[in-house]
Parts: sequence; C-alpha cells; structure tokens
Amino acid sequence: MQLRSRHLLGLEDATAEEITLILDTAETFREIIERPIKKVPTLRGITVLNLFYEPSTRTRISFELAEKRLSADTVSFTPGTSSVKKGESLRDTVQNIEAMKIDMVVVRHSSSGVPYFLTQCTQSNIINAGDGAHEHPTQALLDMFTIRRKYKKLKDLRVVLVGDIKHSRVVRSNIWGLKTMGASVAVCGPSTLLPFEVEKFGVDIFTDLDKAIDGADVVNIMRIQLERQQAGLFPSQREYTNLFGMTRERLQLLNKNYTIMHPGPINRGVEITNEVADGDSSVILEQVTNGQAVRMAVLFLLSGKKEEE
Amino acid sequence: MKTPIYDMLIKGGLVIDPALGFGQEAAIFVKDGKIAAIVKESDVSPKDMASIPVENVVDASGKLVVPGLIDMHVHLREPGREDEETIITGCQAAAAGGFTSICCMPNTNPTIDHQETVKFVLSRAEQADAHVYVVGAITKMLKGEELAEIGDLVNAGAVAISDDGNYVQNPEIMRRALEYARMFGIPIISHAEDYFLCANGVMNESYQSTRLGMKGRPGVAEEIAVLRDIKLCGFTGGRLHIAHITTAGAVKAVRQAKADGIDITAEACPHHFTLTDEEIGKEFNTNLRVNPPIRTQKDVEAVIEGLIDGTIDCIASDHAPHADEEKDVEFDQAPSGMIGLETTLGLVKIALIDKGYLSWADAVRKMTYNPARILGLPAGTLEVGTAADITVIDPEKKWTVKKENFRSKSKNSPFIGWKLSGKIDITILGGRIVYRNK
Repeated sequence: MQLRSRHLLGLEDATAEEITLILDTAETFREIIERPIKKVPTLRGITVLNLFYEPSTRTRISFELAEKRLSADTVSFTPGTSSVKKGESLRDTVQNIEAMKIDMVVVRHSSSGVPYFLTQCTQSNIINAGDGAHEHPTQALLDMFTIRRKYKKLKDLRVVLVGDIKHSRVVRSNIWGLKTMGASVAVCGPSTLLPFEVEKFGVDIFTDLDKAIDGADVVNIMRIQLERQQAGLFPSQREYTNLFGMTRERLQLLNKNYTIMHPGPINRGVEITNEVADGDSSVILEQVTNGQAVRMAVLFLLSGKKEEE
Repeated sequence: MKTPIYDMLIKGGLVIDPALGFGQEAAIFVKDGKIAAIVKESDVSPKDMASIPVENVVDASGKLVVPGLIDMHVHLREPGREDEETIITGCQAAAAGGFTSICCMPNTNPTIDHQETVKFVLSRAEQADAHVYVVGAITKMLKGEELAEIGDLVNAGAVAISDDGNYVQNPEIMRRALEYARMFGIPIISHAEDYFLCANGVMNESYQSTRLGMKGRPGVAEEIAVLRDIKLCGFTGGRLHIAHITTAGAVKAVRQAKADGIDITAEACPHHFTLTDEEIGKEFNTNLRVNPPIRTQKDVEAVIEGLIDGTIDCIASDHAPHADEEKDVEFDQAPSGMIGLETTLGLVKIALIDKGYLSWADAVRKMTYNPARILGLPAGTLEVGTAADITVIDPEKKWTVKKENFRSKSKNSPFIGWKLSGKIDITILGGRIVYRNK
C-alpha cells in the first residue's frame, strides 16, 4: 500500500486506506520523537523548501523539526524579506528556488488552490500546509491521529467542530477525513459563520452549542478572529463567548470519555475557558506533539515518489 | 436596362436574415461595399458571374450566410492596456469570430467618459477589421458619483452608456442617468451586482465556494441589483439593458419586467450557459474567474430558458483580454475576465443549437438583429442598400480551440482544448473579406 499521489494537496479525495497508512506510519515516528536522539537518516539527501506566505508558528516549526529529524536539508522562505516584496510572482519565486535543486515544497498560502498551482509549475512534491480557507490536511491528519490514539478507532465517534466554520481550512480537512474514516461529524457556530450550503458536506449543523455537543465524544474548537466581528459576522466577543464558548458547565453534556481539541492559536476566554483548555481531557498540546509525527510520516511517504502514478 | 457590374457574389449558401424574415438558398451580390441584390440561385446569370473577379466569388454551398454578427459587449483595452489588446487586434479577433460590429466598453485607461476618448477609439477603428461602436461611461471615471457628459459622448458617437465592471451603487445616480439618457434615446447597460454583497468575492457563492473555501459572490447580489434597476427604469421611463445576466432570479425578474411593459433588454454570455462553478475546483484555472461569476447548473438552465423564451435578447461575449502573466497567479489574485470573440459562435452551436434550444435563425437573431435594434446600429441585416457585412458559417465543421490560433492578443480562454462545432468560414466587412478560414 502506498499513496496514490506524490503530493498531499488535501483530504477531499483521500481514501480510508491512504489515511490509515499515514496514521499507521505516524505511529512509528511518534515513537522516534520520544527517543533521546530524535533523528533518523530517512530523508538524507532530500531538500525541502518551507514556503510560508502566511504567518505561522506551530505548523512551520512542526514541519521544520519533522524535516530535520528525518535528516532532510531544509530552507525556509519568508516573503516579507524576499523578492516577493519587489513584485516577483509566486511562479517565478518557486521556479527560481527550485532551480537550486529542491525536492519537496511545504506551502502555506492565503489563496485557495496554491498547492495545486505549484504542482503545475514545479517538479517538486507539494505538501499543503494550509491554503486559504480550503484545506489543511496535515492538521486534520494529526487531529485524527490524536483521536485514534485515544479511542483506538475513528469509526462511529461523534466529533463536533465548533466556531468559525466558514473561514476554517482545518474544518474542511477534518470533515473530509473524519467522514471518510466513518466518524459522525457535526459543525456548530453562528449562522453567519456557517458557509453556504454547508449541509452538502453531509454533516449535522447546529447553531446551539448545547445541542451540538450533547452526547459528543470529541469537541474540536476553532479560533475566532477579531476581524470577523469587525466585518459584522457577530455582534461582540462577549456574545460569542456566551453562545459558543466552551465552558466547564458545558462539559457535562459530553460523553463520559470526552476529548477537547483546538488547532491553535487559542483565544483563551473567548472560544474556550482556561480550565477547559488546560483540563484533563484537553489534548491540545498532545496535538502539537502528534503533529510532528504525522508530518514526518507524510514527508517520508511522499519523499520517494517522483512520478505521478 | 444597364447590366449591373458587381464586386462580389456569395452563392450557394442558405441565407438567414431574421431582420428580413428570410431563410432560403439565395445568392447575394455586393457592389461598392453594399448589399446590391439577393436573388434566387437560378436567377444568377453567367453574365453577372463573369463580371466578378474570381477571388470575389464565394462558394457558400452547404454553408450559412448571415448578416455580420454583432457583439455588443467587448473590452478592447485600448487606450491603456495595449499589451492585452488593441483596437486593431480586437477587431481581428472579432473578424475571426464572425463579428463585423462590436461595441467596446468604457473601462479603459483613460476611461471613455469624455468625447475625446470616444473620438480616439473611433479614429483608431477606421482601418480595423470590424466596425467599432463605443459604449461611453455613465459616470466620470466609472466611480458612480457624477454623471459623465453623456450628451457629449453621444454626440461623439457613443451608442449606449455603461459603467461596466462596476455597478452604479447609488440609486439616485442611476435614477438620474436613466432620466438623462432618455433625452438621447440610448440604453443604459447595467453591470448589475451589488457591490457590498460581492466585496472581495472571487467566485459564485455556492456549495463550490464553500468546498474550496473561497469568498463568494452571491447570486442575490445580481438579483437585488437587477430588481432595483428595473424599478428605476419603470419609474423614469428610461431604457435599461442588463449585461451578462447569470442567475435564475435575475432572468425571472427581467421576464416579469418585460411582461409589465418595462423597456428592458438583456444579454447572456457563452461562458454563463456552458460552464458551472464546479469547474473551478478541478484546476483552479484563473481563466474561469469572471465577473459576474460562473454559477450553478440551475442558473445555467435558467439562462438557457431565458434565451429560448426571448427574455434574453442577445448573446454577447464579454470578451475580456488579460495578459498571461496577470492570469498566471493565485486564483484570488487574478483579474476577472476571459476572451470570447473567437469561441462564441462555436459555443452557441454546441450548447444551444445542437441541443435543440435555439434554431440557427434564433441564434442569429440574438447576434445580429436584436443587438442592432437595441443600440440603433446600422447593421444586423442583409437588406439591399446596407453595408455588405456578411458572415459565412460552416455549420457542422468540427474544430478544436487552440491557444496558438487566437487572433486576440491575449489568450485567456478556459475553452482551450474544447472541441466545438460550427466554424466561421468567411467574414466580409463592407464588401471586403477580413477573415477566411484556412
């Protein structure tokens, strides 16, 4: 079994077998990062470009560490200090860097479709580290990995995604991945942050958090950005917190062995209270650790693939 | 009686002229750039034939002979973006698409909001391969704030006014424009899309925009704008033409307005009746980014229904050239628009005629007589005495859209690689052959 594509652009088309392969492979790497010497020679000779057009802390560092721990050579790109400032196009930027002989590109960009665009103008293997509000496949994979580690399965679990559903790439990848793996998925947020015809994703839709999380196993909370309030999508953070904030009281509604997740960065006191974020059932930091293992697995599985199959 | 000496003969073809209600095999004689006679094939005498140079005898056997097509919605980019298109290259593309008359929109740089710009365009077009008619601006700089000197624009030759690309957001300005333009008997062409509902949107708001995580432009933005303009048109007694209509609701609104006696017309573009927004997620092809956006299957069906029942009067390309480097970027950073002059007829053939929605006569009416009538153009018919603007169509000719074959300076078409049917064989402008398919 191997991945069908030499790129990871999203999870919409990923099969259950492919997701399982990535998660199983990640288990091996999860073990490696617990060792005193967290380095293997797997990607020796491979050069990876980290092309982050958008600010990112955990995803960028997670990928960089994953690459280094696999012994890849890495180079990071920051548009703020590059020729992008001089008006260089994305295609020219990438092709110039590729001319320095790189093998893989990890890309984060504010525009949906940029990872696909790169597959059309470079020879490198492309890994999507988040494109616009489209997909963030490695985040969803690490979320699934974290859930699967705890419950030993994904099938038939009830997962609720709460918050800004409209603008979240994490939500989209989670929906595709979780549904493919047989989980039951619900989304919950203000109706202004539920995108048009979201029901066509095949998920349950709620605007009442208490109803949404009633009997849920996993609650994955998405960040709310202040700019959404300024754009008139909800009246105030205070009202948002009252209606959609994850509080200790609301935890009573969940199934007994519940899990609280958040892809970060967290707005403490807005979408989640301190005691929930730091509570025993919160796996927020574990998600971060697992992210590295999942990214190592993805880099490993794609690194050997040169030709489209 | 003196024997006429003709310059050109088009013989053997099926002549279709909706303006004359004509549809039979006939021969057309051209003299001094004008239609001199339409006669039965059997009445073509050897003497008449003999008087015409061999290269000017067009054998149109098995082909359709129609009035030169009219595209009432074209962007020529000159002045300002001659790297994308010039009046000359745009007209070459028009000729290749069978169009002998095109109307250019005012969103150039400088804007066509002043008579000098109208005169500039018309002077540049004198030697071009198509007649160019100018659509002037409704408001200065297309800003929607102050009326342009509409009287001056009309005096200089403008046949309509439009802020195309922009909706006249302020209803008071639109009201005054409709009232004022009434004096000159010209229509206002409305790019109907509420600005606030569409701000920063890059594609139709639908399940597809949800799936792709892209900012949407909802169909309701077009419908609200169309409904407002209909109300203002009825109130002022002006003339309103809805450009590039795309949504089921907008088509319904125009249908009702017509039934209510409002002086309203509408046009549809080939990409809006051949493509749906599902295409965007396949390759993120920036040539699919257009304004208004490609919509859903339901909307496509409504546009076709509007074309069938006459709610939509015209087919126009909204030819919008953009340089390769501008489109070769991230989807949401690409400019809106695709070229269309050279693919319109082939798309009409495969999407409307082949599927039985329109007859050739219906389609030709929407690309000749109707736009001519709406804009008052001296074109769109083969009536004796009018300019010999004639298009010969090979109706069943199969062809593939190829980038290298475009005459347009820009090549931004999502239809590259499409297999079409119905090819322009010859385009004749004022008795001069300006395009011949090789």
